[in-house]
Amino acid sequence: MALAGAVLLFLIAPVVIIIIVSFSGADYLKFPPPFLSLRWYERFFGVPSWRQSIIVSTQVAGLTMVLATVLGLLASLALVRGRFRGKGAIYAFLLSPMIVPTIITAIGLYFFFVRLKATGSIVAMALGHTVLALPVVVIIMAATLQGFDIRFEQAALSLGASRFTALRRITLPLIFPGLLSAALFAFLTSFDELLIPLFLSGVEVQTLTVRVWNSLVLEVDPTIAAVSSFLIGVTTAVLGVSALLRGRREAARA
Amino acid sequence: MSAAPDGSVSAGVMPAPEPSLASAERRESWRHFLALLPALLLLAALFVYPLLGIVNRSVYKAGYTLESYRQIFRVPVYLHVLGGTFKISALVTLVCLALGYPLAYVLATCRPRTARLLMIIVVLPFFTSIIVRTYAWMVLLGRNGIVNQYLTALGLTDKPLGLLYNQGGVLIGMAYVLLPYMVLTIYSVMLGIDPSLIRAAHSLGASRLQAFRRVFLPLSLPGIAGGTLLVFILSLGFFMGGPGDMMIAMLIEREVEITLNWSFASALAVVLLALTLVGFLGYNRIVRLERIFEGRA
Repeated sequence: MALAGAVLLFLIAPVVIIIIVSFSGADYLKFPPPFLSLRWYERFFGVPSWRQSIIVSTQVAGLTMVLATVLGLLASLALVRGRFRGKGAIYAFLLSPMIVPTIITAIGLYFFFVRLKATGSIVAMALGHTVLALPVVVIIMAATLQGFDIRFEQAALSLGASRFTALRRITLPLIFPGLLSAALFAFLTSFDELLIPLFLSGVEVQTLTVRVWNSLVLEVDPTIAAVSSFLIGVTTAVLGVSALLRGRREAARA
Repeated sequence: MSAAPDGSVSAGVMPAPEPSLASAERRESWRHFLALLPALLLLAALFVYPLLGIVNRSVYKAGYTLESYRQIFRVPVYLHVLGGTFKISALVTLVCLALGYPLAYVLATCRPRTARLLMIIVVLPFFTSIIVRTYAWMVLLGRNGIVNQYLTALGLTDKPLGLLYNQGGVLIGMAYVLLPYMVLTIYSVMLGIDPSLIRAAHSLGASRLQAFRRVFLPLSLPGIAGGTLLVFILSLGFFMGGPGDMMIAMLIEREVEITLNWSFASALAVVLLALTLVGFLGYNRIVRLERIFEGRA
């Protein structure tokens, strides 16, 4: 019991300490901070190059989210509803990018995009992240669709709705909470990921994680504490919204 | 497109009967195939093809040769990296098991309400960017870091200790990142253990310790095996390490970006990939990977 408490402390303390020191007014990271200020956040949101990488990260993650969610939803619909041979193998294949170490996927994509002279592009990074986010979407959507009563859709069809109408008016609204949380996790997968943009980003187009990585090599700059707290904030928001959605799903089922 | 059914179609009237059941089924499977196609094409082009490219590059260097593989297993520096990676991975796995099992046990046996709350503490770091978690440990353990500030202030040391760029620092950083995988894997197995078995053991006169040791622990073994394997595999591919303790993933990055020795980097990647795949085949026999995610998303 005491050990479990200590382990929980070990897990949460670094996160909490980073958030606290990010509000420090001192020139270097002191804990507890001698006085509080927002100066590191002012630097983070004020310096154009940091702002630029927030925009790049958001664009890459947004594009990843759209691609992975659409492809993942379609694939999960087929996997959950279809009856065909090799279903297990296809499911395992769709999840396989989770298994391969990201460094390997990243250099594979690097060799690939170098030949196409397409490194340093937002689209290339987003495509790479879609590979990583697809398994996440498929797992969440497969679980969601298994809990969906297909008779609702069949009723719509029997009342004369077209397939597309039934999907748009009946199925999508009902699975929307699961779909939204899959989309958010796809966004987060990309927003937090370092290795693929580390290889694919150029000198001018850098994601937040790559900029953090580059400045870690030089020194422990307190601005990074503010950047880190921002990233922790994004993660917390995604987890919070998906927990709310799950609560609603469970309430609707009960 | 969105013509809603109007009054002329009364409830209960089926759409036009299908020509035959067989052709309807064929059309259905055709639709499923089309739905799967985009995802499969994406993975084929941007995952499978690049991986095959790595394999090809590892054996092709102006003609087919196994030179790069020979280099890995002959040059002492590289063997050292390989051996070091295994050693660190084994240590990290042990640390994670020692810390993770008690926590998973408490989570699985406390009240569901409490478990949900404590789970947030496990899951928040799990989903936080690895770069953020690494930075957090640099702030804590760095030369001018917080731990050193306290040690100096308390007079326990005159000059700051090098806590970070050594095996201990790497160990803490890696265990921190990988611990949630261990906890979540063991927890998912423990949830499946029927509590009435423990009660039965008690009613037959077993002490708390006996019931744990003879009933609960053996039933949780698949979780231990699965978690151990998972953490070990993830450690092997972990992108971290100081200058003294370079890990495979770090070496691959350096060979690609600095040394520009792509065929050697590819050979290293193939070795790492092979080790990982063998490990996952084992893991998948014990625990299904997606179980870690389910219920938390």
